[in-house]
Amino acid sequence: MATTAPAAFTAHGDEHHADHAHDNQLSFFQRWFMSTNHKDIGTLYLIFAICAGIIGGAVSGLMRAELAEPGIQYLGTWASWWDGKPAEMNTALHLWNVLITAHGLIMVFFMVMPAMIGGFGNWFVPIMIGAPDMAFPRMNNISFWLTVAGFTSLMLSAFVPGDATGLGAGTGWTVYAPLSTSGSQGPATDFAIFSLHLAGAASIMGAINFITTIFNMRAPGMTLHKMPLFVWSILVTAFLLLLALPVLAAAITMLITDRNFGTTFFDAAGGGDPILYQHLFWFFGHPEVYIMILPGFGMISQIISTFSRKPVFGYLGMAYAMVAIGVVGFVVWAHHMYTTGLSVNTKMYFTAATMVIAVPTGIKIFSWIATMWGGSLRFASPMLWAIGFIFLFTVGGVTGVVLANGGIDDNLQDTYYVVGHFHYVLSLGAVTSLFAGFYYWFPKMSGRWHSEFLAKAHFYIFFIGVNVIFFPMHFLGIQGMPRRYPDYTPAYEHWNKIASEYGYTIMAFSMLIFFVNIGYALVAGRKAEGNYWGEGATTLEWTLSSPPPFHQFETLPVIEDDGHH
Amino acid sequence: MNTAALTPKQVANRNRRVGLMAGAMAVAMLGMGFAAVPFYRWFCAATGFNGTTMRATLAEAAKIKAGGGTISIRFDANVDRGMGWEFKPENNVDTVEYGARDMAFFSAKNLTNAAITGTASFNVEPGNVGKYFKKIQCFCFTQQTLAPHEAVRMPVIFYVDPAILKDPDARDIEEITLSYTFHVVPQSQLPASRIPASPIPASAISANSPAQIPAKPLDRVAAAR
Repeated sequence: MATTAPAAFTAHGDEHHADHAHDNQLSFFQRWFMSTNHKDIGTLYLIFAICAGIIGGAVSGLMRAELAEPGIQYLGTWASWWDGKPAEMNTALHLWNVLITAHGLIMVFFMVMPAMIGGFGNWFVPIMIGAPDMAFPRMNNISFWLTVAGFTSLMLSAFVPGDATGLGAGTGWTVYAPLSTSGSQGPATDFAIFSLHLAGAASIMGAINFITTIFNMRAPGMTLHKMPLFVWSILVTAFLLLLALPVLAAAITMLITDRNFGTTFFDAAGGGDPILYQHLFWFFGHPEVYIMILPGFGMISQIISTFSRKPVFGYLGMAYAMVAIGVVGFVVWAHHMYTTGLSVNTKMYFTAATMVIAVPTGIKIFSWIATMWGGSLRFASPMLWAIGFIFLFTVGGVTGVVLANGGIDDNLQDTYYVVGHFHYVLSLGAVTSLFAGFYYWFPKMSGRWHSEFLAKAHFYIFFIGVNVIFFPMHFLGIQGMPRRYPDYTPAYEHWNKIASEYGYTIMAFSMLIFFVNIGYALVAGRKAEGNYWGEGATTLEWTLSSPPPFHQFETLPVIEDDGHH
Repeated sequence: MNTAALTPKQVANRNRRVGLMAGAMAVAMLGMGFAAVPFYRWFCAATGFNGTTMRATLAEAAKIKAGGGTISIRFDANVDRGMGWEFKPENNVDTVEYGARDMAFFSAKNLTNAAITGTASFNVEPGNVGKYFKKIQCFCFTQQTLAPHEAVRMPVIFYVDPAILKDPDARDIEEITLSYTFHVVPQSQLPASRIPASPIPASAISANSPAQIPAKPLDRVAAAR
C-alpha cells in the first residue's frame, strides 16, 4: 500500500473550517435526502442495509422457529394473521414460500450489496484513491433512492396476492419459470420482479460510477498497482455488476412479458424453454455471489494488513486473484443446474471450471495467512472478525468444492448441505467481513469509539451462534433433508432443534450486543482520533480526521513512490 | 492519471467519456441477454445439444446408405397438463437399420367439444444422439388443429445417421427414445385464422356443435408424403 506525502496531513486543516460553514447551509432534508456527498450517501446505504438486515434476519427467525420441530406449528397462525382470515393449509405453505423468497431477496439485494458496495464502497473508495468525491455524485444519489424504491416494491409485494392461496411472492429468490409465470399469477410476483429491476438499475449506475471514479479520479501517483486492495475489490465487483446485472434485467423483463403480455420466452407451449431462464439467471447469479464476497475480500485484506502491521503479502497476486475470480466466475454458471439434464460432458466442463476457482481463492486465503505470519499482530475487534472470516469462508469454500462435482451434486442438490454451504460463504463469510469492516471503520465514519469489549463479545457470541445454526445443516443435507419445506420427518429433529433453539438464539443475542454497541458509541463513545489504529493503518483515510471533513482532498494528496505496495 | 493538471471541465469530460463507455457495456450486456433467446434456439438446433433432433431434406436422406446394423427407436407421447387430447404412438418400438428411413405413426384425438390447436415439443434421449437423429418430415414441424372429437394419425419420417457408428460416445447406444409432448398453443401465438371468436365457443359445448366435421384420419399422412 502506498503512503501519503505529509502535505496531505496539513492540507485538510483549513478545509475543515470551510466545511462547517458549508454544513450549516444544508437543511436536514437537503443533506440527507438530496445528498450528493459520497460519505453521506455511504452512511445512508449503511443505515438502509442495517434496517433491511433487521427485517431479513427477523424473517430467518420466523423460519427457524417453524423448523425447530417437525410438523407445522406457527405458519397457520401467522398466515391467518397476515391474510386476515382463517388460513387453509395451502395458505400456510404459501407463506413459507413467501418467507424464503423474502429472506433471500432482502439479504442479497438489500442487505449485503448495499452495505458492501453502497456503504463501504461509497465511503472509502474515493478517500482511498485520494479523490474529493465520486465521479457522478448526483447519479450516486439516484442509485441510493432507487435501491430504497426497489426495497419498497418488494415490501409492497407482501400485501398483494401472490397466487390463489395467499399474499406475497412465493417464487424463491431465483424466480424460476414456470413457478414465477403460470405458477404465481397474482401481482405480488410482478412487484417482486420490479423490485429487482429497480435494485438492478441502481447497482448498474453505482457500478458505472465506481468504474469512472477509480479510472479517472485517482490522486497523482496513485497508480492502479498502488491502489489499496479494497479499491481493487470494488473495481472488480463493479465490472461484475456491469456485465451480470443487465443479463438478469433481460431475463426478468422476459418473465414480466411472459406473465403479462402473452409472450412465451420460457413456456414450452409457445416454443420457449424454461431452462433458458435458468441459464440466464445463473449467468447473472454466479457472478452475483462474487459480487457479494469480493468487497469483503478487499476489506479483509486491509484489516489483516493493518493489524499485522505489514503490507499485505503478494499484493499483485491478491489483486489479480480477484480479477481471475471475476473472469472465471462468468463461465461456471451451469453448476447451479446439474440436475436439469446436462450431458455428462457439459457437467465435466462445469465441474472442472468451478474447481479452478478454488485456485485464486486459495491464493487469497494463503496470502492473508502469510500476511499474518511474522507480523506484529494485534487482536483488536476487526482483526478477530477478519480471522473468523478466513476460517468460516474456508469452510464454505471446501463444501463448495464438494458441491462443484456434478456427480455428488446429483445427490446433494436442493438439500440442506447446499443451504449450509452458501450460508458459510455468505451469512458467515460476507456478513462476518461486513462486521469486520464495520468495527474497523465505524470510529472513522462516526468520529466516536464503539466499545471494543462489546465488539469482541459480539464476535465470539456471533461466531458460536452461526456455527451452531449452520454446521448441522451439512449433516441434515447429507442425510437427505430437502430445502424449501417447512416440515420434515422427525428423524431430522435433533439437528434442526439445535440450529433453531440454540444457534439462532445465540446469534440473535450477539446482534443485540451489536445494536447496544452502536447506541453506546453514538451516545457515550469517546472521540476517535484520525489514525486510531496507529502503525499499520497506511491507507489515505487514516490521514484524515475522524469523521473526515465534509469535503476532503480539495488539495489532492500526492502519493510517494515508496518502493513497496 | 494526473488529475491535478486538469481543469474541472476536463475532468468532467473524461468522466463523461468513461461513464458512457461503461454504460454502453451495460446496454450491450442487456442486448446479449435478449439475444440469448435466438442464440439458444440456434445453438441447440445446430449442435443437437441435449437431444435436439436435426432436420434433413429428402435429397440429403437419399444420399445416405443404409447398413451397419440396427437400432431400436422407442416412442414416447405425452400431452401437457390440462390439454384435452389423447396422444399415443401406434408402435412402442421400431427397430430400424442405420440410415434407413422409417415412418412412425402417432394417433391423436381431441376429447373435447372445442377445436384445439396444439404444438409438439420434442427431443431424443440419450442427449448426445440428437445430432444423429434426422427428421425428414414431422407433425411437430407445424401446429396441428383438431376439430372437436377429431382423431388423426400423424407421421414422422426419420433416419438415424450412420455417422453415429463413428462416434465413440454414441456408437454403443442400442436404443434411442423419441419423445413428444403436445402443448396447447397459447391464444397469442395462434395465426388469426385459427383464433376462435370467443375462447371456448358456447356452440362447441352444445349438442349440435361443429362436431359433425368429419374426421380426416389420413390426410396428414398424404401431406407428409
